[in-house]
Amino acid sequence: MTVLSAAIFLPLLAAAVLAVTPRVADRLVSWTWVAVCAVDLVLVAVMWAGHDGGVAYETRLTWMPSVGAGYHVGVDGLSLPLLALTAVLFLVCAVFSLGRTYRVRAFAALFLFLQTVCLGVFSALDLVLFFVFFDLSIVGMYFVIAGWGHGDNVRSALKFFLYTFVGSLALLLGFIALYLGAEPHTFDMVALTRDPPLADAPGPAALALLAVGIGLAVKTPVVPVHTWLPPAHTDAPAAGSAILAGILLKMGGYGLVRVAMPMLPQAWRAHAWLIVALGLVSVLYGSLVALAQENVKRLIAYTSVAHMGYIVLALGAAGTVAGDAAARRIAVTGAVTQMVSHGLITGALFLLAGVLYDRAQVYDMARYGGLARRAPVFAGLVIVAAFASLGLPGLSGFIAEFQILTGTIGGGTLWTAVAGALAVLGILITAGLFLRMLHRTLLGGPGPLTGRVTDVRAGELTAVAPLTALSLLIGIAPRPLLDMIEPASAAVVSLVSR
Amino acid sequence: MTMNENPADLLPELLVLGAAVLGLLTGIFLPRRRQWAVAVLCAAGLTAGLVAAAPPVGDPGVMVFGALMLDPITHAVRLTVLAATLLVVALAAGPLHGHARETELYVLVLLASLGTIVLAETSDLLVLVCAYLLASIPGYALAGFGKDARGTEASMKYFLMGALLGIVMLTGVTLLYGVAGGTSYRMLGEGLGQAPRGVVAVGVVALFAGVLFKAGGVPAHYWVPDVTEGAPPVVAAFVTTVPKVGALAAAFRLAQEALPGAAVDWRMFVAVVAAATMTLGNLAAFGQGNVRRLLAYSTISQAGYLLMPVAVAGRTDLAEPALLFYLAAYAVTNLGAFAVVVAWGSDDLADHAGLARRSPALALALVVCLLGLVGTPPTAVFVGKLLAFGAAIDGAYGWLAVLAAVNTVASVFYYLRWIVPVFGRAVPGRRPPGVWASAPACAAAVLSLALGVGGLTFR
Repeated sequence: MTVLSAAIFLPLLAAAVLAVTPRVADRLVSWTWVAVCAVDLVLVAVMWAGHDGGVAYETRLTWMPSVGAGYHVGVDGLSLPLLALTAVLFLVCAVFSLGRTYRVRAFAALFLFLQTVCLGVFSALDLVLFFVFFDLSIVGMYFVIAGWGHGDNVRSALKFFLYTFVGSLALLLGFIALYLGAEPHTFDMVALTRDPPLADAPGPAALALLAVGIGLAVKTPVVPVHTWLPPAHTDAPAAGSAILAGILLKMGGYGLVRVAMPMLPQAWRAHAWLIVALGLVSVLYGSLVALAQENVKRLIAYTSVAHMGYIVLALGAAGTVAGDAAARRIAVTGAVTQMVSHGLITGALFLLAGVLYDRAQVYDMARYGGLARRAPVFAGLVIVAAFASLGLPGLSGFIAEFQILTGTIGGGTLWTAVAGALAVLGILITAGLFLRMLHRTLLGGPGPLTGRVTDVRAGELTAVAPLTALSLLIGIAPRPLLDMIEPASAAVVSLVSR
Repeated sequence: MTMNENPADLLPELLVLGAAVLGLLTGIFLPRRRQWAVAVLCAAGLTAGLVAAAPPVGDPGVMVFGALMLDPITHAVRLTVLAATLLVVALAAGPLHGHARETELYVLVLLASLGTIVLAETSDLLVLVCAYLLASIPGYALAGFGKDARGTEASMKYFLMGALLGIVMLTGVTLLYGVAGGTSYRMLGEGLGQAPRGVVAVGVVALFAGVLFKAGGVPAHYWVPDVTEGAPPVVAAFVTTVPKVGALAAAFRLAQEALPGAAVDWRMFVAVVAAATMTLGNLAAFGQGNVRRLLAYSTISQAGYLLMPVAVAGRTDLAEPALLFYLAAYAVTNLGAFAVVVAWGSDDLADHAGLARRSPALALALVVCLLGLVGTPPTAVFVGKLLAFGAAIDGAYGWLAVLAAVNTVASVFYYLRWIVPVFGRAVPGRRPPGVWASAPACAAAVLSLALGVGGLTFR
């Protein structure tokens, strides 16, 4: 068993132990959860330190040999940043949930299960394995929302499940098409990347891309299949929202880079204009709708749609072969950086929204005001996270979006340049909406609920501060992260240009 | 293909038959309190059958007695049916303990499962009809086992429908015999090519009527909800699971061996039936407030998915493993869901509220089995669906795979309707079931997971 498999399955093992151990004190459960997450983070850090390019920590075991599927995992420059993000965010959620009293054992077990599933998606090198983890993430998140959410949570959870399940089945059909298109039939991602299936059949390849694309677009989410996201976020518990936005959405973008682009390069190039357009629509529509929100969580949810739109935009632009390869590499690097950056920032924002809900059980901006005086540390964290989200230089959002826009505008064709220029408008709108949110909640006179808001507790601060600190770190010193991503994104660009 | 007439090749069937006969004779002389001995005897017979069925797996195909094929289909169906029947006997042991007709139930179950196995392994239309009767008649008696009004009604419907479609099937056999000049599948395969298309078409449709009745496929599905709700739960678990395995395997064998030469588009016929079955089953399951009726319609929709590999039989290498694996997966998972109903002792959906508080193990088993029926990985049905979708796409029935995927999504809705209250507030006054009552459900759930994770590893 390699360190990678250990990192993937350690949380699941812990979840199983927690699930079968009767009558454990809540405090013990919480601290075990934190300890397991910390160990897992150390394991990922060890992998990061020991990684020297290419696919590393590979394990290949026979599983379903009759259909050419196996347990095949490994990490490279695309997956390691996301594995690190997963480990960080789950640890942060464990710390954030330290004071919980409601069904702690089941909550911890479910999150540990989800952690295994998320790590599994980002390290799978076999389509069946990828799908298994991808699908289980829906089941896990469904129970988080239905069991620990608030408001109309059962309905939101059902909507989430049905919607994303449609996507995952479309994905499954696409994977089967890839499997049948490959000679010999295989689900192995390395083999499928080496010899792209359906290379001489543009029609079936386009259908396969459509199926895979629908599956990943629902998860990402891309407008117009994003409507499950706002209710799911609004009614999920804070830690659930953080994981949903921070990790689960990344599975969509990661799938595009890992599966759709290298395995269906011709179809990707042929439909690059459509992908760019969808990304652009997501950016503009997501930020415009976010501008109109009164509910803090819905606002953050719609900014997620916009931020994920940048990723789709950049990956679409990387499919235009007419232009400069260097620009396309920058676009893909920016997209992967955006996944990490958005995970950190949105995770922080959702946890902070959770603090607000914990104090006053309301997400409505109009009911607050003047929180900066009442809860200065809270206000400071919100300000840093909001500025990071709107792309202020010095924070991670800037590094990501700058590269995305550079890569897209410099893509070499007129229409990518126009799309990139229009996407800049999205940043402007995002800046406006976040400033409006800061203005209405933190500044001004006190609202009716301001009195109930106390400042962040030590546990909450310990959870949120590392996320904003990491965003700042990436903003100031992005090199270690970019050094990890760049070789991998260069590989993706050369694969998609085949 | 070699021919032989060695009875030892049919050892699993003979063991089951022996256990049934011996069980009946023993039951006559045993006092009511000690009829559990018959259960032990039948379980032993089934276990011995399983042991005997395992070694021939992987042998090349042989035909024995000129009518029964011993090939991968037979081996897989034997193992699936025997294991599923064993689970049913274990499920029945608790609720039926001390029942006046305890012995009869076990014996009838064994005979019906014997008929099911023969249904799957025969390669001759006349034996197919006999197996149909052997698999059906014990079923009619089982459906009315409770001797109550609902059970009697269910049994009556089951019997009338079975008798009618049996006659239709016999008509189909007659027609095909007439035009092909023989009843063995081999002769049909050679003879149907030159036969008049109209007669072949009518014959094939009539033949499928009987098979669809056993499989619970549309339009021969009307008995399924009534029997599932009216018969005792253990019987419902049995008749919606085990006969289906044999019927679908029989349909597959027919499609693969007898029909390839037929000059009619039987593939499209099966595909349309599959599409109608999965869609109607799902739509009807939506509004059910009774879990057994819900499961009944769910089994109908599953029959639709299971017909997909039949439609592409012989056209792709994936079809056979798809059907066989899906059948095993379905049998285990469906029995698991019924086992939860038996253990919890209530049919009302609302009564399942708070199951998770009362019995976490049972609730977990239910979640695994219901999400398993959806096809969530890593349960066994997921692998079955993966193969079945693959077979359909590879066999140029991509639209059927897409429809099945859409139906799968729709099915999530009603399975979740059952799962959600399980984790909600408990209904006061219900006692948790005992460890032994929950054991079959948990065993089925574990088996479903194990089959999903490791099922295709060693093939």
